[in-house]
Amino acid sequence: MADARREWAVNAVLAALLLAVPVAALWLDEPFYITLAARVAILALAGVGLNLALGLGGMVSFGHAAFFGVGGYVAGIMASHAFSGQPMVFGLQGSNQMLVIWAVAMAITGVMAAGIGALSLRTSGVYFIMITLAFAQMVYFFALGWPAYGGDDGLPIFLRNQFPGLNTAQIWDLFLLCYGVLLVVLGLFAMLQHSRFGVALQAIRQNPTRAAAVGISPFGVRLVAFVLSGMITGLAGAMMADLTRFVSPSMLAWQMSGELIVIIILGGVGRLFGPVAGAGILVAFEVFFGGLTQHWQLWLGLVLLAVVLFARGGLIGLIAGPARHV
Amino acid sequence: MSEAVLELEGVSKNFGALKATDGVSLTLRRGEIHALIGPNGAGKSTLMGLIGGALRPDAGRVRLDGVDITRLDMAARARAGLGRSFQISSLIPAYTVRGNVLLALQARAGHVFRFVRPVARDRELGAQAARVLDRVGLSDRAAVPAAQLSHGERRMLEIAIAIAMEPRVFLLDEPMAGMGTEGARSLMRFLDGLRREAPILLVEHDMDAVFTLADRISVLTYGRLIATGTVAEIRADPAVRAAYLGEDQP
Repeated sequence: MADARREWAVNAVLAALLLAVPVAALWLDEPFYITLAARVAILALAGVGLNLALGLGGMVSFGHAAFFGVGGYVAGIMASHAFSGQPMVFGLQGSNQMLVIWAVAMAITGVMAAGIGALSLRTSGVYFIMITLAFAQMVYFFALGWPAYGGDDGLPIFLRNQFPGLNTAQIWDLFLLCYGVLLVVLGLFAMLQHSRFGVALQAIRQNPTRAAAVGISPFGVRLVAFVLSGMITGLAGAMMADLTRFVSPSMLAWQMSGELIVIIILGGVGRLFGPVAGAGILVAFEVFFGGLTQHWQLWLGLVLLAVVLFARGGLIGLIAGPARHV
Repeated sequence: MSEAVLELEGVSKNFGALKATDGVSLTLRRGEIHALIGPNGAGKSTLMGLIGGALRPDAGRVRLDGVDITRLDMAARARAGLGRSFQISSLIPAYTVRGNVLLALQARAGHVFRFVRPVARDRELGAQAARVLDRVGLSDRAAVPAAQLSHGERRMLEIAIAIAMEPRVFLLDEPMAGMGTEGARSLMRFLDGLRREAPILLVEHDMDAVFTLADRISVLTYGRLIATGTVAEIRADPAVRAAYLGEDQP
């Protein structure tokens, strides 16, 4: 019980910290740090998506960049059509409304995840890792060779998309939006984790034969989790496009998939606030060590190695002990 | 008392040239314990796999309450009413004893795709789990993760999970394996009563247990059934004695 309370405390501190940094930055008039905090929130959101598949479901997807990048391209493409006034396919109009863009991004990434999941989940272990990577690389090279939307130059978003009641051109408003979405999705994740679905999913991760023997088909449960996972990461991609006002194939690259896995491992696999901790650590490394040396990723690698060897539960596991289950 | 709940008809399975299961037909009747015995390598585990759905037969039919379940996978057979325990305990290691039973209960309730209500706060499932754990004597271990249980406790949790499923048929694969004398004896008493809830197909190496519990015994060697009968018939069967029980048996 002590561990459960401690995890709550860690989560609260992380949530408060992610809010406190931009508040301080706003007060000190340092908008760069507000942008960073928004970046942490969005990467954490993408991580929450992956955490559903990888952490709860044990599906080590090395292809989540596909969902992240496609979410980004949906935002970029819809915004560019809204800007130019030209219709998209089938005469559909673009949009500069985030709510519309998010819905489309999640619908498309959901369908993608259903297709990729249905094929990939016939395999497991290393084969699953490789097949998800292969799908993501297909999407990557498709984007690279699609000149209509920038090809390898990427696609700028000239005017940031809008959200009712907020002035998204202001970085503080945009941060609040990202932070709010992150908290809502974390709430949904927590709900899912403890529901019948979540209990079944985590049981399947540990022992699929036992789950089948009590009447739970592993495939269906895993597929639904994979789809939800892809949709969350797709949503994060759409938001990242609006934060940077730029989409490029690098969002779809395998390095992005790796970054998301690193976020999960650093923070704590399967832990509610693991992605928040992991995204915070990653961005902090990038900023502080990136300012000192070009080779900051070497130091990140060493930290990752230490976590894998000595602190399997990531930051959350280190502080709050192993996860507790029903 | 004589109607067949589980029925195998000419079930065969080959692995390459090896006939692991060769035209096995047997029935499990309401209210009985039917023991399946045979020397090591006789194909008992293969046959259990074919009944449980881990393996698909090359030929033959498996029927449960008259319904053909031959083409169903393991999960579908479990939902159809096969409750099984494994030869080597197969549990959800990080889940508590209670959590393992809850998993079986929620699967039987048939709503895996429920995303909102926390399982741990479901009073009805909780009460059912408490009743099941009370029956197998694991109540005071309810909050312990399955990974921390002793071997004997794991065996009992396997039984508890099967009971929680309220199956039409129990498939118990060496439930007493590795249990101490005392544990095995109390499990025998428990199984003796359990047959009234649903018939039991029992694979067991402990011959004392088999001869005490079984209403009927089937003997498997080299994938074939060489005899089925009551305890007395099996004891007296010359083929069985030659193939399995050895010369020194009474």
